[in-house]
Amino acid sequence: MIGGARALVTETGNMFAITLEAFRVMWKPPYPWREFIRQSWFIASVSMFPAMLVSIAFGATIALQVGNVATQLGAESQTGAAMVLAVVREAAPIVAALLIAGAGGSAMCADLGSRKIRDELSAMEVLAVSPIATLVVPRIWAAVFVAMLLDGFVSVAGIAGGYFFNVIVQGGTPGAYLASFSLLAQPADLFVAILKSGIFGLIAAMVAIYFGFYAKGGPKGVGDAVNRAVVVTFMLVFFVNFILTALYFAIVPQKFG
Amino acid sequence: MSSEPDVEISIRGLTKSFGAQTVLEDITFDVPKGKVTVLLGPSGTGKSVFLKHLVGLLKPDRGEIWIDGKNVPALSERELYQVRRKFGVLFQDGALFGSMNIYDNVAFPLREHTKKRESEIKEIVDEKLTMVGLIGAEKKLPGEISGGMKKRAGLARGLVLDPEIVLFDEPDSGLDPVRTAFLNELIIDLNRQLEATFMVVTHDISTAKRVADYIGMLYRRNLVRFGPAHEMFESDIPVVRQFLAGDTEGPIGMSEEKDQTKPEDQPKSGFGMTAAEVEAMERDAGAPQEEPQRS
Repeated sequence: MIGGARALVTETGNMFAITLEAFRVMWKPPYPWREFIRQSWFIASVSMFPAMLVSIAFGATIALQVGNVATQLGAESQTGAAMVLAVVREAAPIVAALLIAGAGGSAMCADLGSRKIRDELSAMEVLAVSPIATLVVPRIWAAVFVAMLLDGFVSVAGIAGGYFFNVIVQGGTPGAYLASFSLLAQPADLFVAILKSGIFGLIAAMVAIYFGFYAKGGPKGVGDAVNRAVVVTFMLVFFVNFILTALYFAIVPQKFG
Repeated sequence: MSSEPDVEISIRGLTKSFGAQTVLEDITFDVPKGKVTVLLGPSGTGKSVFLKHLVGLLKPDRGEIWIDGKNVPALSERELYQVRRKFGVLFQDGALFGSMNIYDNVAFPLREHTKKRESEIKEIVDEKLTMVGLIGAEKKLPGEISGGMKKRAGLARGLVLDPEIVLFDEPDSGLDPVRTAFLNELIIDLNRQLEATFMVVTHDISTAKRVADYIGMLYRRNLVRFGPAHEMFESDIPVVRQFLAGDTEGPIGMSEEKDQTKPEDQPKSGFGMTAAEVEAMERDAGAPQEEPQRS
């Protein structure tokens, strides 16, 4: 029991140590632009398409759910308002984070883990090149950057999916769907969602990098590391999401239609 | 030691534990300048751990490592990076960067640490690749070449900044006897050409016979003996004799990869122990534990 608790504290400590170290060295030139662009492109390319599919399906599900209730209450025209709220505020940052973790983070963790077990990370240190500055920093930035972009992308795809179901399938009016967007939602929702996505991207990168850096025990160790990284990221993302949402409602005044 | 050569690295009382397990205990010796020193020991006696201490990848629990008037464990990160520039390291399987071809791997330290033009870099890389006999394989990726070639490429990368000290982590592991012999020839040739200090860590006696000017013998976390190679091969200390003769009779048993948890059960050093004493020590050993070391 005590050993387990101690290991937990040590692991958490090591994870933050790597991240803090990265934040310490990231202000010093030379900036690893090339690696940043390469990583951003890589993460975007593996997560964009699945993100779109997930969010369209999610938007459609919300449209179906809300559409039924709204019809019974005679409030079909308000479906758009519910859609925007659900997709922009909640679904988009979470979907973005899950895909960054599941697609980008797992690949990142596997890459760093296999470098670790091949001694490449030690070799870099011995060659007096800091793996934190050259590998970790650009990955953290890339994950944050792409998560924020992905949030916008997922929002658009989700709302478009909702539009399709509400207007084409359920026979709602296009004008009402679009007009009710601003009924409950406000620009602050979008900014907060993008901020949230950035934070989730940071968490995904932190966890993936940590587990990659501490991978041990050959190829199987890398597999274990990736597995743990994805699970831990999912848990952390949902937990942090709850905290951020609670804070958001406490800080930003809400509209009531 | 009869004629005292200059000292390159001075190790004093180096001790390292992982958890309850002591891997290195009170290691003290001087690495002679410009010579090939071989650190010999059975598998799992902390030889790789020792090398990692020299370049500051691991910090000892106690002890000092003096290189050029600097104590490695006490250095700041910045100073450590400066000291590391003196080193070239050949890792067990080369530790080449998997995403780069051989040429870029060897050129990597030059591109990171010098402002040389690509034409100058090419000249140096070609020179080092010729030295290790890899010219013509520049465009290959590390995944496409054999273990022996990886080691040669790793060596070329280690040599590219003209290091003062070159460390070899089991240069013979995973190679057939012929390739090992070639690599050993290469080590001797390079040592003569470069006038650098070489330190080789291995469990292979034929390698030690071929390349060593000096031999240090690690056994059960202690440095049993350090001295010129010929003296070591004539030694009558049971552990040294058994290991160098590759004999099954003697203090080293199958349990040599295991270790006790209580270091105080043991005398400070295995030096001068009789076979019976060491055997008795092994019988007293508590629950054996796996070495916390990668294979």
